[in-house]
Amino acid sequence: MAVVFQKTKGLTDKQTHYCPGCTHGIIHRLVAEVLEELDVLGETVGVAPVGCSVLAYEYFNCDMQEAAHGRAPAVATGIKRALPDKVVFSYQGDGDLASIGTAEIVHVAHRAEKITTIFVNNAIYGMTGGQMAPTTLIGQKTTTSPYGRDSNITGFPLRISEMLATIDGAVFVERVSVHNPAAIRKAKKAIKKAFEVQLEGKGFGIVEVLSTCPTNWGMTPVNALGWLEENMIPYYPLGNFKSPEEAK
Amino acid sequence: MDQKFIFAGFGGQGVMLMGQLITYAGMFEDLEVSWLPSYGPEMRGGTANCSVIVSDREVASPVISYDATTVVAMNLPSMDKFEEEVEKGGKLFVNSSLIERKSVRDDIDVYYIDANDVAVELGNAKAANMVMLGAILEITKVVSPEAVLKALEKIFGTAKAHLIPLNEEALKRGAQLVK
Amino acid sequence: MAKVLMKGNEAIGAAAINAGCRYFFGYPITPQNELPEYMSRELPKVGGVFVQAESEVAAINMVYGAAGSGVRVMTSSSSPGIALKQEGISYIAGAELPAVIVNIVRGGPGLGSIQPSQSDYNQSTRGGGDGDYHLLVYAPANIQEMVDLLQDAFDKADYYRNPVMVMGDGMIGQMMEPVEFKERPEVDLPAKDWAATGTEGKRAPNVINSLFLKPEELEDHNIRLTEKYDIMKNNEQRWETYNMEKPEIICVAYGTTARIVKSAIDTLKGEGIEIGLIRPITVWPFPEKAFVELPESAKMFLSVEMSMGQMIDDIKIVNQGRLPVEFYGRSGGMIPSPDGVVGKIRALLGGAK
Repeated sequence: MAVVFQKTKGLTDKQTHYCPGCTHGIIHRLVAEVLEELDVLGETVGVAPVGCSVLAYEYFNCDMQEAAHGRAPAVATGIKRALPDKVVFSYQGDGDLASIGTAEIVHVAHRAEKITTIFVNNAIYGMTGGQMAPTTLIGQKTTTSPYGRDSNITGFPLRISEMLATIDGAVFVERVSVHNPAAIRKAKKAIKKAFEVQLEGKGFGIVEVLSTCPTNWGMTPVNALGWLEENMIPYYPLGNFKSPEEAK
Repeated sequence: MDQKFIFAGFGGQGVMLMGQLITYAGMFEDLEVSWLPSYGPEMRGGTANCSVIVSDREVASPVISYDATTVVAMNLPSMDKFEEEVEKGGKLFVNSSLIERKSVRDDIDVYYIDANDVAVELGNAKAANMVMLGAILEITKVVSPEAVLKALEKIFGTAKAHLIPLNEEALKRGAQLVK
Repeated sequence: MAKVLMKGNEAIGAAAINAGCRYFFGYPITPQNELPEYMSRELPKVGGVFVQAESEVAAINMVYGAAGSGVRVMTSSSSPGIALKQEGISYIAGAELPAVIVNIVRGGPGLGSIQPSQSDYNQSTRGGGDGDYHLLVYAPANIQEMVDLLQDAFDKADYYRNPVMVMGDGMIGQMMEPVEFKERPEVDLPAKDWAATGTEGKRAPNVINSLFLKPEELEDHNIRLTEKYDIMKNNEQRWETYNMEKPEIICVAYGTTARIVKSAIDTLKGEGIEIGLIRPITVWPFPEKAFVELPESAKMFLSVEMSMGQMIDDIKIVNQGRLPVEFYGRSGGMIPSPDGVVGKIRALLGGAK
């Protein structure tokens, strides 16, 4: 019997704790498949964040280090500088990367660290119970913006990829989504490219993945995918902002 | 027996170097030594000073507090600030090329050295600190001029080795001024 | 090796490189800048890595990352910067990683001053970050001791898998003294088979972590850490005593302050007044063994510090109510003078004697 699909070796057998319909699972699988396809699982050290993916170190089937909130790029820097021949990645959510860890993400790009960051943007703090994130959309209700995000009070959603693309040391910047199978295939291609950029020693690479949080958005998984497409993509346009060809 | 020096002047006069030379030389002569610089906003181009202790036993406190056996003032602000730090019976060396006033102390020995003028005569105004150091060595006998020259070779290395004859001459001229 | 004259901050760098440290992550702050500058100059010559981080917070997290990779790594800062590093220090302690942290203490609180101080005693000996943990904390009194202890610090960090702090002050960082880099015997240390360096497909993944979501697991972890700290308490206490034959007063002072106290003791000895000194070389663990048997002549303790009396509590704990504990200190960057200490001792002994 021909095997048409099997679980990637890049993930452990541990069952994830993610909520039903959460897209973290898909993104984990894409990263793990890429590491397996590039045959670097044994040479990889991943850095887990604080947030919903805090337990990512239990799911990725490679050496892992758990970082403090927002510090994953600094921790990854320490690892990559100590192990320059290894593959190092950080996996971070939007509270971790776009709020408490803005200094670390900007400067990992500024130093052109040869690491890869997977940035999962679901426009909300999931782990702590659905508070407003810097990426929360205008009008979006959260437990700390109960009347909807009001730009007069809380400013405007932060576009991380666009910002990082202005930094010379960031040589690969792409925003993708996982709201349908076609988008997932594109997301995997971008993640693979980001790791290849690291393997080629070209500089810092980041893939921002638009993701859902059905639990804290208060939607069914299917509705959440639709909400992502209709509300997030218009504000956070998909596409490649930077690749080594143009970075030079 | 402790000798406690304060060297003070403005940045570029080589006061830190004077202190380091005595510290190095003391080490070469198997004495206990410490060198403590002032540090802070004033070190960015303003006044500079360092405290040097040379002793035949372990240096207790590297800090000099109104008990300097010798103060070296290379400019007027330094003299104004540190003149009172000389202990009774101690010594004050004044760079009289740049400082016009006389010391107000009558309980210490004061030496007026035309350090800059002599250095200019030698062909390099920058050697004023070495002229002064020559006088200090002659009076205090804290370390030998030979040890200071050895320290100078150590600090200058090969890059500045060509400057050593000039500095040696400056040390000698300084010593002659107080003989 | 012959003695060389070095500035304290640079001697730390040289000692670290001698001890096999090849990774340094730092951030500028006075009065320790000569140390990162030295490392940026010297580490590349020996194949090492220097990174100037964007903040103290990032620097200590880089240390955490590199330590997780099993390399010898160090960072340095001064008081407000060390306060920022507490997050990472707690993670390093929690994940049981070896690392060396140098604190060249300056006056506080807040931005304080840039002058020498010992006002980080509590921050260093009581943890400083979140959770139940301890650092091994060395407090050298001169540059030679700083160099010797710094090299020990790397071995102890590896041996205990625990962060080690070397605490000096602005004075010891800035001053120059002769120093000798001694040949050191190789210490037999366990292999770092826990490091996250890539599995190479040969073993199960290693995870560097301080998260234990199940209360019973975290409690077990805390109990195990405490057992380790108890071993450290038993084996790592270091101190020096001075003139302790028949002292009327026992001074307790560490770091550069102890030198000033020694000077005062010598002065008083010349007048026939006997004063002793216990100088903690480790401030954690506090050298309680030095206080077990006290000379019968001793009437009181005198804690001398460049702070407002942070060490008094530890002296009271090991004193166990036997003698009064007095205090003399200067703060804010003011340095106690031998005369000041002598004056305090005279006053305690009831005026001129």
